[in-house]
Amino acid sequence: MSLSAPGRFRLVVIGGSAGSTIGLPLILAGLPHDLRLPVVVVRHIAPESTWEFFMRRTDADCALTIIEPDDKEPIFGGHVYMAPPNYHLLIERDYTFSLSVDEKVRYSRPSIDVLFETAADAYGESVIGVIMTGANDDGAAGLKKIKERGGYAIVQDPKTAQVDIMPKAAIAACDVDRILPLERIAEALLELERL
Amino acid sequence: MEDKTDIEQIEIDLLLDAVERRHGYDFREYSRASLTRRLRRLRVDMKKEHISDLIPLVLYGQGVMESLVDGISVTVSEMFRDPYVFKMVREKIVPYLKTYPKVNIWVAGCATGEEVYSLAILFKEEEIYDRVQIYATDINEKSLKKAKAGIYSEDQTKTNTNNYYKSMGRESFNDYYFTKFHKVMMARDLMKNVVFLTHNLAVDRVFNEMQMIFCRNVLIYFSIPLQERVLKLFDDSLCKNGFLALGTKEHIRFSKTEKSFRTVGKKEKIFQKIMPRAGA
Ligand SMILES: C[S@@+](CC[C@H](N)C(=O)[O-])C[C@H]1O[C@@H](n2cnc3c(N)ncnc32)[C@H](O)[C@@H]1O
Repeated sequence: MSLSAPGRFRLVVIGGSAGSTIGLPLILAGLPHDLRLPVVVVRHIAPESTWEFFMRRTDADCALTIIEPDDKEPIFGGHVYMAPPNYHLLIERDYTFSLSVDEKVRYSRPSIDVLFETAADAYGESVIGVIMTGANDDGAAGLKKIKERGGYAIVQDPKTAQVDIMPKAAIAACDVDRILPLERIAEALLELERL
Repeated sequence: MEDKTDIEQIEIDLLLDAVERRHGYDFREYSRASLTRRLRRLRVDMKKEHISDLIPLVLYGQGVMESLVDGISVTVSEMFRDPYVFKMVREKIVPYLKTYPKVNIWVAGCATGEEVYSLAILFKEEEIYDRVQIYATDINEKSLKKAKAGIYSEDQTKTNTNNYYKSMGRESFNDYYFTKFHKVMMARDLMKNVVFLTHNLAVDRVFNEMQMIFCRNVLIYFSIPLQERVLKLFDDSLCKNGFLALGTKEHIRFSKTEKSFRTVGKKEKIFQKIMPRAGA
């Protein structure tokens, strides 16, 4: 299981907003079913109906198990955890999830900053943060926090992003490790997993 | 190696000990990630360098606890939040509650009162309000004051109205409030059978027998041991066959009390207390 597994990295967090409906399934489809690293995703979400549809579609294309975590659920490898609509998703220092209905952050709930900040607190240098396409700057402060704690930062190349505001803000906020076109992100995660 | 995040956790432990020993509020078993974020923000608002700089205020300051509790607790709410939950209460639970001559309802963690007004409206429309007594409790005095006043900002009205109709509201929602200076004031008669009380789920006890308890989006702020305590408190407070409604992402799955309840709405997170089977 992920908790005791060796390797430099132990968690992947991904944030995206406008445009990630297409991009995110593409990343997830590139990950094998026996991925050691747990993957936690925050997407800024519109109404619930399209969300359920999106979840079903993405699940169909992805070898990993996709779920919306419940409060205080433990985090395991081989899973993709999606923040539920209208709640912030936080990571505890004992490697479980917490949910919160705290005020919106950067006009968003769930917010990427909240996930990334708590992931950095809990996992320190063992986190890989990924920022994708999006139309606001949520995630930039969170990615900076991950870098400050010694983690790894990947940003989708703004040129390949449907909306480049979010990746550009992330690149401006901190010294990112890699800027990659969408199709190369899954491959990079697999490489990092082997470290 | 010196790790700032670890030092910060020591500061938080010390602060929470001081708060508990000096004022009796126990936040030590709250979910740490959220609590840490709230305290970081409070530190910035109070213009302090470290979270531990709040300790002298807690020990010697006058009237600091009200703002500290307000800073720590998350009081965000809306009316008829998760409308399908209220729909189930209206359609499935109220007919059952009607079999009681007197119905005690406990809204634990009522925050600024939106849920309480929603229930008052629902019970009124279902013609059961006259025999209902609602106990609305919270630890946050500031939010209880807001709840009592029943005055909300106008920008929430759209969400509240949409939620009301989705929950199968029978009347027109704007009959329940009037608007003045961009504020919405809830009709006073909705409060006829409501009392607001300070009650701390982490330390206080059972105070009456209840037919139904609403405690939504409160347990998510608690660690599993504290959730366990609170669920036991609810189990002890409910009459036989009484109902419990939790937040839609909360559950009794990790708890010993699980076997005292049966699930009425899986998605709605509504449970009914049944007597545990012999030997169970
Ligand atoms: C997010 S609000 C929930 C509001 C409402 N029930 C809803 O779902 O919209 C959480 C509330 O729980 C209250 N709370 C936190 N700790 C508590 C405790 N130990 N005892 C009672 N209430 C508590 C907070 O003050 C806050 O008002």
